[in-house]
Amino acid sequence: MPPGALRSGPVAAVTLWWGGRSGLQAAILALVLLGGFLLGSNTLANMERFGITPGFAFLARPAGFEIGEALLDYRPQDSYALALLVGLLNTVKVAVAGCLIATILGVLLGVARLSGNALLSGLVQGYVELVRSTPLLLQLFFWSATFQALPTPRQALNPLPGIFLCNRGIQLPAFVDGRAGGWMLAAIALALALALAGTALRRRLGRRDVPSVAMIAAAACGLPAALLLSSGVPLQVELPELSGFNFSGGTTVSPEFSALLVGLVVNAAAMIAEIVRSGIQAVPAGQWEAARALGLPRRRIMRLVVLPQAMRVIVPLLTSSYLNLTKNSSLAVAIGFPDLVSVINTSANQTGQVLETMAIMMGAYLTVNLAVSAAMNLYNRQLAVRGWR
Amino acid sequence: MTDGVLQSTQPLPPPLNRPPPRWQRLWAGLFGTPLNATVTLGCLALLGWAVPPLLRWTLLDAVWVGPADRCVDAAGACWAFIGEKLRYILFGFYDQDRQWRPAAADAILLALAGVSGMPLFWRRATLGLWIFGLAATLVLLTGGPAGPAVPTERWSGLPVSLLLAIVGLVGAFPLAVLLALARRSGMGGVRTLAVLFIEVTRGVPLIAVLYVATLLLPLMLPAGGAIDKLLRAQIAIILFVSAYLAEIIRAGLQSIPAGQYEAAQALGLGYWQSMRLVILPQALRTVIPSIVNLAIGLFQDTTLIIVIGLFDLLNTARTAAKDPAWFGFYDEAFGFAALVYLTVCVVASRYSLWLERRLRR
Repeated sequence: MPPGALRSGPVAAVTLWWGGRSGLQAAILALVLLGGFLLGSNTLANMERFGITPGFAFLARPAGFEIGEALLDYRPQDSYALALLVGLLNTVKVAVAGCLIATILGVLLGVARLSGNALLSGLVQGYVELVRSTPLLLQLFFWSATFQALPTPRQALNPLPGIFLCNRGIQLPAFVDGRAGGWMLAAIALALALALAGTALRRRLGRRDVPSVAMIAAAACGLPAALLLSSGVPLQVELPELSGFNFSGGTTVSPEFSALLVGLVVNAAAMIAEIVRSGIQAVPAGQWEAARALGLPRRRIMRLVVLPQAMRVIVPLLTSSYLNLTKNSSLAVAIGFPDLVSVINTSANQTGQVLETMAIMMGAYLTVNLAVSAAMNLYNRQLAVRGWR
Repeated sequence: MTDGVLQSTQPLPPPLNRPPPRWQRLWAGLFGTPLNATVTLGCLALLGWAVPPLLRWTLLDAVWVGPADRCVDAAGACWAFIGEKLRYILFGFYDQDRQWRPAAADAILLALAGVSGMPLFWRRATLGLWIFGLAATLVLLTGGPAGPAVPTERWSGLPVSLLLAIVGLVGAFPLAVLLALARRSGMGGVRTLAVLFIEVTRGVPLIAVLYVATLLLPLMLPAGGAIDKLLRAQIAIILFVSAYLAEIIRAGLQSIPAGQYEAAQALGLGYWQSMRLVILPQALRTVIPSIVNLAIGLFQDTTLIIVIGLFDLLNTARTAAKDPAWFGFYDEAFGFAALVYLTVCVVASRYSLWLERRLRR
């Protein structure tokens, strides 16, 4: 084939990917493979020396250790596989809750940072600087100590009716029927999906042919609510009450989880506030001026002109701060919350299956990371399609 | 005033968009609208609620000198505890009578970092300074040819934090440059290897890498081989940082215009020569602020070695409060550690901002 001719097909694609200098590349790849093989065979030999059979058979054996809090029904006689799943779910739980709360708090702080009020802006700046200049682990130790230093249940703090803070954790109101929470979440998810679909449809079809925002909102809230009510699940809410030395009724959020969540949220919100600020400031002043020249009021300039452009800067950075929060949740191991790393560590020490447990841990984090970035990339593409690229 | 065509007899109107004076803008921001006034009062209330107790605790009611029993009765902070435990917090279990060694090591490491921050020293000779300085640090800490050896298990406190962070960054540099070049190379096999390493490393938390280094690395050595625990942590940190540093350097390489690559080629320079003499010096210069920010993050992240049982500054501060004679002064211990980290990081981030402005000029 003459050089420069149009090439296509899988063979050409591989050739293009491979590039030139086959000798050098083959040598480097061979070196890496050899290194991997040496380390691997050493590991297998050492495992044999210690009498450990390589492989994932240990996952079916009973784990034999307690896990402080679990989303699934877990007992020590259950398998390692279930224990690891419980740890993974705990990581996912704190990551999802953390990302949601940190986003809300971070956006509010970012807007406050940009406000014309010098006192408010200065306070937020001080907060951001303090959080960014101290190690996250130190912050987590601080929150952990704070939650442990709360008063006993008898002297529990009562900041809002039905909510108690004490050294056993945070007591919150809860549904009497355990299933109701799940149904509620499903209904909220359905409402969100309906609202998103409605706004997307409205945007796609133009304003006139579609129901108004109020109608979309009514459908998005009304339909799930009707489904929830007709499902027959009892929806009574029970308040926590002091009985004897502890609370009964309601639900308890453990001090470890509270400390981890608060620490991660306080840390991530500072990062997100900076991201929001830099995103809004990245929109050139000419855009503000042009919008003002069109006679738009300030609120609509923000919503119609500035935010859509700022979001293109914000969303990729937001993705990486979600990923950071997820990875930072591994610091749970230092303050006694049973996340994935903590369960992995216990399992590795008990079974000696270091290679397998480490592979599971890396695989789990990579999967969670891929899932988060895939979801955020999808959203990012949504943002980029509108307007010019 | 000969011809009145171009001259106007009317006085000129004041310029339309002269900004109001500074204090006026400040006042409008604070109390200009009802909302702003409410927000300001809310902030003042928050400050009034938080600051006086904090001031009382840290300064007014604090105990500055004296034995532990005086602190137990006091309402404020017990800074006497920090005074008593300062040597332990800074140098940990290092031999009491030889603590001038870690102190000197700290001074050398900080001086190296400080000197490298000055654009005057961005030259090849600084590399020699680094090699000499790091060698001197290791000699000081290990005990060197003269004097009894101090095993790494007894290294603790500030020198460990500084050493892990600084050696982590410097050690990651060659690997990161190679990874960045490999990721941009036309050789698909090498590029894929680099992408795999970088993305996998950036996808897992540092704690996971530290566990792999402590638990898995010993198994990977030939039977009977052993590797120091601190060294394992250092290797983990170097590998972890190199992935992040590689991405920063890649961004720098991408910011160099194609004309520079072509000009280097036109001069007859080979790949390595053009990289070493033309591309990398420019690319690295543009990303120095990012590298400083990475270094700040790394200095904070070295605290994570607590989970594998090593003693950095945060861990010695924490364990100082476990001494039966001075039990429970965690707030003071964490406060002191926070102050050290805060000082270093604020200075470094101010430096990074200054550098960014300077490089943009």
